[in-house]
Amino acid sequence: MKRIATWLLSTITVVVLLFGYHTSTSGKATSAPEVIGSANPATNSGAGATSSEPTNAPTSDPAGPTPTASPSPGSVGTPQPSSTASPSPTAATVQGDVADTQWGPVQVQVIVANGKITDVSVLQYPNGNGKDQQINAYALPVLINETLAKQSAAIDMVSGATVTSDGYTRSLQSALDKAGL
Amino acid sequence: MARYVEQVMGMPISLALRGKHTRDARARSTWEAVVDELREVDRVFSTYRADSFISRLGRDELSLPDCPPEVSEVLEIANQAVEISDGAFSVYLPDPAGGLVFDPSGVVKGWAVERAARRYLDGLEDTDYCLSAGGDMVARTLDPTTEPWCIGIEDPLDPNRLVATVPVRTGAVATSGTSHRGTHIIDPRTGRPAYGIASVTVVGDSLTWVDIEATAAFAQGAQALSWLRTRPRRTGLIVWADGQTTLFDTSHPVGQGAG
Repeated sequence: MKRIATWLLSTITVVVLLFGYHTSTSGKATSAPEVIGSANPATNSGAGATSSEPTNAPTSDPAGPTPTASPSPGSVGTPQPSSTASPSPTAATVQGDVADTQWGPVQVQVIVANGKITDVSVLQYPNGNGKDQQINAYALPVLINETLAKQSAAIDMVSGATVTSDGYTRSLQSALDKAGL
Repeated sequence: MARYVEQVMGMPISLALRGKHTRDARARSTWEAVVDELREVDRVFSTYRADSFISRLGRDELSLPDCPPEVSEVLEIANQAVEISDGAFSVYLPDPAGGLVFDPSGVVKGWAVERAARRYLDGLEDTDYCLSAGGDMVARTLDPTTEPWCIGIEDPLDPNRLVATVPVRTGAVATSGTSHRGTHIIDPRTGRPAYGIASVTVVGDSLTWVDIEATAAFAQGAQALSWLRTRPRRTGLIVWADGQTTLFDTSHPVGQGAG
């Protein structure tokens, strides 16, 4: 039994899902570069953890991405409806080690049955961490051609050539400050 | 949303808060801490105060080790700024008498405002902020699904108009230009005012650096755009002297790793 499980684990391939991402303005990612790495066999338990680490960094745009991670069922074989999350002679749940990526920690879990991966789920992926805040943090200025009066309702702050105190009273910022105080 | 404004360092400091702490005691004490810190920075760095450390350093009455450690920090940033701009940014500015006067003000404002925001405003839980010093600002938005701060970019040729808006969740915006004070940026390499350009707005992650870059780009006049395109992870806008505008975006470099 132990031998069989070890053999199973030594032959499976864990799919490590990385992220597809787009620019800050284009919403959800649709392309997910993926890296396939061999799982290390667990040494003492049929349901033990295997470790996997991404071996490649994605090569798409580094700035302004919206990372997402999603299973790619097409690459992991045909799902077996009979699989369950509980260890059995023919099905095992295997959690990968947490892999640190440049966008944050990633951890995946696979369910293996009859030597095939039947399910992949992402336990941890970068979401809402510090790096993500930089992502999507700012965009390209949008040119406008309207009077300030028309625009000011929607403007939070004004950036302009250094506004000195003597010029301040005629600046829009003073109007905004007055309105809010 | 709540707003606070105070005159410090010869310019209006404006704070907008939204979220949990906007008008409560915690918001007010944090605002006071920001203002106090900027006043202290002014005492150390003002070139308008004869008794500031910077003025005394400029007159060789003090040496660097006699100054508070942040003076060295600012001068180190200034050295980096000179390096990345190939001398378009300088802390030795021409004075009317034809000499050079020591003036690191071009570093101090952005650096001081960014530091004050990190030290005090970052500690306000569940609160978004936008802190502006005379038109250069740093913003934070905690929830990436909420509306970004909407920053208007003033038209340098007509201060009653905006030329653009830029949505910023977490980041910094700085503009250098000619309005309000008249031409006030000199290219230190030629000693002449920047020519052909009316304003430069740079948007990025660090106020210290977008402020420096806006100043350095503006000083380069017609060469501003080609230089800005060498600075990674930025967006922005140039308004030329004739009113034409150019947007730039280096936030998506092709074929480079993130970092």
